[in-house]
Amino acid sequence: MFNKKECVAMLLAGGQGSRLYALTQKVAKPAVPYGAKYRIIDFPLSNCINSGIDTVGVLTQYQPLVLNEYIGNGQPWDLDRIHGGVHVLPPYQKASGADWYSGTANAIYQNMEFVDRYDPEYVIILSGDHIYKMDYNKMLTYHKSKNADATIAVLDVPLEEASRFGIMITDDDDNIIDFEEKPKNPRSTLASMGIYIFNWGKLKSYLIANENDKEASKDFGKNIIPDMKKAGEKLVAYRFDGYWKDVGTIDSLWEANMDLINPNIPIDLYDPAWKIYSRNPVMPPQNIGKNAKIQNSMVTEGCNIDGTVDFSMISDGVTIEEGAKVTDSILMPGAVVKKDAIVEYSIVGENSVIGSGCHVGARPEDMECRDDWGIAVVGHGLNISDGTAILPKQIISEDM
Amino acid sequence: MNVNMGNVLGLVFANMHDITVGDLTKSRTMGSILFGGRYRLIDFPLSNMVNSGICEVGVITKSNYQSLLDHLGSAREWDLSRKKGGLHILPPFGHVETGLYRGRLEALYGALSFIKSSLTEYVVLSDCDVVTNMDYKPIVEQHVESGADITVVTTTKVVSTEQALNSTVFAVGVDGRIHDVLVRCPISGQATISLNTFVMKKDFLIDLIQTSFARGMYSFEQDVLQARVKELNIRSYNYDKFFRKIDNVLSYFNANLDLIDVENSKALFLPKRPIYTKVRDNAPSKYGLDSSVTNSLIADGCVIEGEVENCVLFRGVKIGKGSKVKNSILMQDTIIGKDCEISYVITDKNVNICNNRLLTSSAAYPMFIGKGASV
Repeated sequence: MFNKKECVAMLLAGGQGSRLYALTQKVAKPAVPYGAKYRIIDFPLSNCINSGIDTVGVLTQYQPLVLNEYIGNGQPWDLDRIHGGVHVLPPYQKASGADWYSGTANAIYQNMEFVDRYDPEYVIILSGDHIYKMDYNKMLTYHKSKNADATIAVLDVPLEEASRFGIMITDDDDNIIDFEEKPKNPRSTLASMGIYIFNWGKLKSYLIANENDKEASKDFGKNIIPDMKKAGEKLVAYRFDGYWKDVGTIDSLWEANMDLINPNIPIDLYDPAWKIYSRNPVMPPQNIGKNAKIQNSMVTEGCNIDGTVDFSMISDGVTIEEGAKVTDSILMPGAVVKKDAIVEYSIVGENSVIGSGCHVGARPEDMECRDDWGIAVVGHGLNISDGTAILPKQIISEDM
Repeated sequence: MNVNMGNVLGLVFANMHDITVGDLTKSRTMGSILFGGRYRLIDFPLSNMVNSGICEVGVITKSNYQSLLDHLGSAREWDLSRKKGGLHILPPFGHVETGLYRGRLEALYGALSFIKSSLTEYVVLSDCDVVTNMDYKPIVEQHVESGADITVVTTTKVVSTEQALNSTVFAVGVDGRIHDVLVRCPISGQATISLNTFVMKKDFLIDLIQTSFARGMYSFEQDVLQARVKELNIRSYNYDKFFRKIDNVLSYFNANLDLIDVENSKALFLPKRPIYTKVRDNAPSKYGLDSSVTNSLIADGCVIEGEVENCVLFRGVKIGKGSKVKNSILMQDTIIGKDCEISYVITDKNVNICNNRLLTSSAAYPMFIGKGASV
């Protein structure tokens, strides 16, 4: 027996995140560490539970080991439930054959049975690659009050950035009248956040129709939304005005981390009424040594710091030895920076060791040619031997 | 010899020694005293039991146990939310004959039906006054091999008169057998003292509880260890790993600050034998623009904008701009305003210190500020 749920969340977490290169070689993007003690997927999962949505299907496909283990039974997010809770949904073999998820719409299509078990009126589609705090329940209330068939969350972005997003063109009543994908000359500044609420019955019929169309690319943005528009369904935009960031690239992942230590950016992780939950690593408090100097940074449990840290995010279990200097960087869980090494404008992956005297990355102001500058990346589990220099923009995925 | 630790029952006394740290136990048990930035004292025996393979644990309480119940919850964080075994909280007045106990034996009598219903063969008993990462497996193995009736975990060290008064002191023969027991004896110097951890066969313990109760005896140390030392085979297990015994507010203060030393912290927080505690889902700690933190232990959820030196900061502590905090222990959610100067202070939970306050004491007598106080 399954209890009826008003709204079920489906979280698309199967993407490869290929633009994060070395950081997603062995982990799916939603499992990439973020903000010292989180992984990206903590944000949509915490939003779900804080919004009162307790049934979440997580669609996985690419490198699911770390992600599956991280989600586990969903207990850290209070999503271990008798009815509902979090369920990991990988592609599976059916009597008619086996298929990978060939697109976002196809992934939901293949799991229609899962959603049907809860007999929901609505389904909310989320993705595992954005950092934001959002009350989905407010969006659902809006969806209902508008009597919409589909509601798309949108963010008002600066005009010069609008061409990077899918743009929604709306009438005075926020009904969506047209949309364009990454337009050169945007007609509106309302960017789609990749969050959709559908009436489940309606969505199902479009998923089935889309599946029967052999030419379709089985994608929400490319097929389902345009199909619904064409058929005259009521599509509305839901304006969101908080912090929202896509972390699909090295630069945006770095920026989104730095946003947490920027007092002018409105994302508050300390709000007891909207906690972001994460799986706890079971480590002692951070040990700050006699020679340590830490400013403008976030540091979490299990760290041993005896060096200098400025404008950085230091994840659990990181060691920074005496004389080492870490500035404007992200150190992922278990990373080690040995004596006198310098890490600047870099991302160091999980459990990687930066040998003593290494110099990773550089400050943009120290570059002769600014075009050569970029965030340096050291992948997960690598050993960088003593004295190695890693240039800005370099992406390391093997021991050096 | 390989003992199946699934065959061992753990019993933790949450309230023993409450009186020795009066300020700290005003509104809680010894076991729920906050320690080391993010722990409570009971986390140590519980984690040690779990890490040793014990999966059935009873926690015996007496009074002030609301904070303990809050902390333990379903015991899932210690992996003790189990179908078979798991954690059981044993409050006083468990059945009609029992009430507030006077000593360990009466406390055990209150838990008798729980002990009897367990299918295990051996029992490990522990108090909450010793902070250590102890593996009970070799202790139980030694107990079984030696054929002892009771095995007491002991350590030999130099003790002050005050420490000796708060400890049970033993005379141990070369064979490990205990020949003499001193209770509340004002000695000082090198001594073998009890770490308040005992191993017995479960049936032996049940017999001990029943006969003692019948004769109106309630002190395990005096009425069993001391009175029957010649008759019973009582042996010592010598423990030489890192530990800190909390027997007054000063030793509590020092034990906390000792953890700032990486050597000590490495000896207590072994990666393969982690110390579990309640998860609070705090954000990471944030270090502000002009913050300066040296030689300190900092838990998650802190926001530091001032100077911190030689301190232990628990979860959610906030330190305002221009404040200087030295040699202090600030418990959960303490808020220090701007431009304060604080040294040798222990603040309990939720203490609020306003701007421009000057609070100093000395290393020999740290100032204690009670729970929820506003200064």
